[in-house]
Amino acid sequence: MDGIGASVLVVSPNRPSRASVTTFRALVWSGFRRYATYRQATVAGMFTNIVFGFLRCYVLLAVAGGAAGGMAAGYDPTQLATYVWVGQGLLNVVGIWGWTDLSDRIRTGDIAADLLRPVPPVTAYLAADLGRATHGMLARFIPPVIVGLIFFPLAVPARWQTVPLFALSVILAVIGSFACRFLVNATAYWLQDARGPIMLWTLGSGVLTGLYFPLRLFPDWAVAVLWLGTPLPGLLQTPLDVAAERDSPALQAGLVALQAVWAVIMLALARLVQHRAERKLVLQGG
Amino acid sequence: MIQMKELRKDFSVRVKAGRLRRVKRTVSAVDGVSLDIGTGEMVGYIGPNGAGKSTTLKMLTGVLSPSGGEVSVCGLAPVPQRTRLALSIGVVFGQRSQLWWDLPLAESFRLLRHIYRVPAADHAARLRRCRELLDLDAFLDTPVRQLSLGQRMRGELTAALLHGPRVLFLDEPTIGLDVVSKQAVRSFLGELGRSGDVTLVLTTHDLADIERLCRRLVVIDHGRVVHDGTIEQLHSRYGSRRRLIADLDAPLPDGFEVPGATVAAVEADRHRVTFVLDDVPAGAVVASLVNAAPIRDLSLVEPDIEDVVARLYTASVSGAP
Repeated sequence: MDGIGASVLVVSPNRPSRASVTTFRALVWSGFRRYATYRQATVAGMFTNIVFGFLRCYVLLAVAGGAAGGMAAGYDPTQLATYVWVGQGLLNVVGIWGWTDLSDRIRTGDIAADLLRPVPPVTAYLAADLGRATHGMLARFIPPVIVGLIFFPLAVPARWQTVPLFALSVILAVIGSFACRFLVNATAYWLQDARGPIMLWTLGSGVLTGLYFPLRLFPDWAVAVLWLGTPLPGLLQTPLDVAAERDSPALQAGLVALQAVWAVIMLALARLVQHRAERKLVLQGG
Repeated sequence: MIQMKELRKDFSVRVKAGRLRRVKRTVSAVDGVSLDIGTGEMVGYIGPNGAGKSTTLKMLTGVLSPSGGEVSVCGLAPVPQRTRLALSIGVVFGQRSQLWWDLPLAESFRLLRHIYRVPAADHAARLRRCRELLDLDAFLDTPVRQLSLGQRMRGELTAALLHGPRVLFLDEPTIGLDVVSKQAVRSFLGELGRSGDVTLVLTTHDLADIERLCRRLVVIDHGRVVHDGTIEQLHSRYGSRRRLIADLDAPLPDGFEVPGATVAAVEADRHRVTFVLDDVPAGAVVASLVNAAPIRDLSLVEPDIEDVVARLYTASVSGAP
């Protein structure tokens, strides 16, 4: 290499470290590309979602059939079918389960590479997660909903605001879910191995986000505590209730607003925890 | 470019002191390191396993908070100004990857351009040079997970340089590489260092890396600097000398001596003799020897850096200077 060739590699930049919109967009794209790589896994996951959709739908319809007036927890059969099939589609989009990237990188010490970039780790991981969710929306959301439409009567939105509210609610659910998963994974900064917290999260989140059954089946006081005191209903129950138009327009919008508050709180908490972790951080390995 | 003053890193460990009792003990991984590294220097930072090399590098790059002392890299405090510093430094960890496992190499590079917000023209120029020098074209579109170690390391080097860092930290960049890949990496780094624009700090266990690349050698052990100087100074300090081995057609006469050289070994019925050259040129020994016995063959052996460093490590373990 001649001198000119060598020096071309080392023209030093001196720009601010603020992550720009372009940077964020590129990181979102990287998340999308990562998940788009594994097509067979996408198909296998979609098939599983559909099979479990049939199981859940028939169980909940049987519950509604046995209830007075054919209504279970305030849902009619059409709303219940919508709840199940939109839920099966959203399961991968929100991605409450199966994300261990951060804890794995903390355990192996690879987190060093993330810290050596001029983008804060929470921002970088959030962007990549939004990319993952975008891929989920295109590849994993639509097929179960179409299957649901073919085999069951689903509720078609009757209010104009339902679709934009649903879109907003899904974005907030992804952000809230990301922040929760980030926090669960971040326990590895202190514990080295986050398998315990992740196991607890997997068990708890399935029930408390409304995945297994609508949270409205719980007593009213428990529903209020869950909704106001935790971010969990905002991860799945809120967008599903918005899609099924379970509540009045005011409550429908109010639940999304509450979801936004929780998303902001959880994201701020994730940043705080990351900041604290960096102060005591011990990178594993030589 | 890099200043360290009494830099320390202590870790607390709990050791067993009974059936249930644990006692807290403080272990110093880096124990008061002071160094000043100027712009364009190429410094080899070596030491035995657990000496504190990687810990120092982590503190210099801002991913580990020091327990004490002062540190500055490119005029910045690494930990509080880590994200700003990241724009000015490049880091290659031989045992870790900064590339995206699932994405093709080219995609990782494109992503890094946006992360570091490098102007397209600068990025293209740097990438073009790396592609030429490191022969990347054959595997640019291969996902990182499918690359061989040598290919991945060439990708890592490129990734560390695309934003034009002023300081490049390399933590065992040739670990596990075959001879050809090692040579490619060394020659690339050598050219980069010769440009004089980039300061290079290299930790390695392969001393050939240091011999080829670094004028300055810093040896660390038990968290303390035990040598800071050139390789020649290291040889002179530890008395490593050149050796002259002569094969003779006739036996070496008894009592043969050359001022300034020591006869280290006489073998093969006095037909082979090894001299250690203290402060005499090889020519003077050969001139004396040719008068004493006919010479069939000669070889001059340079001091082996591995031997010197091994002696240095052993000496520092036993507490000798």
